[in-house]
Amino acid sequence: MREFKDDLLPKKNLLSMQIDLSKFSPATDEEKQQHERMRESTTFFRDGMRKLFKNPLAVMSLIILFILLVTIVVVPMVYPYSYSQMIEVDGKRDKTAKNLAPFQYSKNEQKAIDAGQKIFPHIFGTDELCRDYFIRVVYGARVSLLVGLFASLIVLIIGLLYGSISGYCGGKVDLFMMRVVDIIYSLPDTLMVILLSVVLNQVLGDTLKGTIFAKIGNNMISLFVVFGLLYWVSMARLVRGQILSIKTNEYVLAARALGAKSGRIIRKHILPNCMSVIIITVALQIPSAIFTESFLSFIGLGVQAPMPSLGSLANAARGGMQQYPWKMLFPALSICLIVLSFNLLGDGLRDAFDPKLRR
Amino acid sequence: MLKYVVKRVLLAVVTVLIIAAITFFSMNAIPGGPFSKEKATSPAVQAMLEKRFGLDKPVPEQFVNYLGNLLRGDFGISLKTGREITTIIGESFSISAKLGGMAAIIAVIVGLILGSIAALCRGRWPDRLIIFMTTLFVSIPSFILATILLLVFCLTLQWVGVWSPTNPNYVLPVIALALYPMSYITRLTKTSMLDVLGQDYIRTARAKGVRESLVIFKHALRNALIPVITYVGPMTAYILTGSMVVEKVFTIGGLGTEFVGAINNQDYPMIMATTIFLATLMVIATLVSDLVYKAVDPRIKLD
Repeated sequence: MREFKDDLLPKKNLLSMQIDLSKFSPATDEEKQQHERMRESTTFFRDGMRKLFKNPLAVMSLIILFILLVTIVVVPMVYPYSYSQMIEVDGKRDKTAKNLAPFQYSKNEQKAIDAGQKIFPHIFGTDELCRDYFIRVVYGARVSLLVGLFASLIVLIIGLLYGSISGYCGGKVDLFMMRVVDIIYSLPDTLMVILLSVVLNQVLGDTLKGTIFAKIGNNMISLFVVFGLLYWVSMARLVRGQILSIKTNEYVLAARALGAKSGRIIRKHILPNCMSVIIITVALQIPSAIFTESFLSFIGLGVQAPMPSLGSLANAARGGMQQYPWKMLFPALSICLIVLSFNLLGDGLRDAFDPKLRR
Repeated sequence: MLKYVVKRVLLAVVTVLIIAAITFFSMNAIPGGPFSKEKATSPAVQAMLEKRFGLDKPVPEQFVNYLGNLLRGDFGISLKTGREITTIIGESFSISAKLGGMAAIIAVIVGLILGSIAALCRGRWPDRLIIFMTTLFVSIPSFILATILLLVFCLTLQWVGVWSPTNPNYVLPVIALALYPMSYITRLTKTSMLDVLGQDYIRTARAKGVRESLVIFKHALRNALIPVITYVGPMTAYILTGSMVVEKVFTIGGLGTEFVGAINNQDYPMIMATTIFLATLMVIATLVSDLVYKAVDPRIKLD
């Protein structure tokens, strides 16, 4: 190692900026290593996820949603009761199992238990048609989540396609396409959803008979149709706005100069850059779709009986609300929990992924 | 400005026409006319009835007639009760308007206050508490909130009497209806208040020694109000649709109850009339809030 010696250095002038080397000492190996260790390079997505997992509320909601997801997938497979049939004891329908409280057994079941049989407890009790309530709530949650996810998917696909075409083409195409969006946007959506559900219920009823769609139910189909018709507009607007601002960036110009086709530019350059906004909007679309579905079920336009949905369960529970408050409580809590989790997750995603909020 | 107003009013009129058209034609797509359910009508009687109500004419002509009737304030006759729909709407809407109006006023006032508190105490416990509560409230559907309020305060604790036309008690329905928009306004106010408080003119006002209360009320809040104005349109829509379920839960005989009843009874003229009526109200609310928004803030460019 080279040593610095005072006499090797040129004489220091008064007020000169020259550094005084005698005041410095060479770095040790450990110090050198410390200096060289840089932060690992990270992608936008990974960085966002890291931030997301630092947010306790978002992590909590992710855990809740994961538990819910496992429940609605696994429970119907292993649970001994079905959502549409009366409880049976020894192969006979048990009419004494009406409106049981949670973990209560009916008279017939009690006899069977006394006789040495094992009977699975009714975790949430039973409803007025002697059906196990837990499995109904599970199915209701399944319907609500499915509606939320599918509706958001429909909104995402239509909005993304429409918005990117409109934003990318610009000019008269954009003007025309945006006028259509403006008109749909100005319609009061909930009212139109109700109206179209009423109509589609009647119109679809006969045409769908015998197809796979009949199994899903008219109401559900009409719900998806309505979402496909009305709810995509805000997504389309958002995507268009993003694309308009990204389109003017230099790297898009560079890609075009290199001869990239429009489709490639949209897919490879523009869409990845508006991904964050899209993810956030989809995450916040899910609870609003669940809201709409439960609202429609509550006023009698949701999924068809005997298929339960959380909204229709809550509606049905209003009748004997004073005697059986738990029948109201379980679906109500489930809706709130699902919507709250998605809202918190959406907020967390926004904090993690929105570049405008970066500090 | 005048040009903008005219343009927006025309757009609103077109929107209402489109809504009326969608309503009319989609209702016409439903198989079976209003008289096909009656058992005892012979074909001759049915034809007579159809002629009497103009149903034998082609659908577009029926639509024009329907629009003409609407302009004269004639919504037709309810299939279920046989009464004039205009009178039904008139009677029931006065209740709904009272309910919705109170909910809107409370939502705006409380929302503004809570939002300002949250912004001024940013990061401290009042802010955290308010944001926690509002996150919770926007996750509860209004019908569940209404049912729980009814169950707890009305039926179990019996603090508040059950709603009846002779003894109307608006407290619980108004709370059920107002909590969601209130939470939304709180969050909106907080964001815009924080935005405004970071502006230069606030620092200038503080630097020249203006009292803190004056800074907040005169400089900050007035500017923070502007984004809230845009929410008035969506809030009206929310309150009008929300009142359907809230009225159903509390068995209030308002327009919402009539609408839900019409859906369950498949009373098509009533559904059409209520849809068009409510939609027009929502379009007007959006129009007014947009116009006020542009009027109060000269910085916003007219397009």
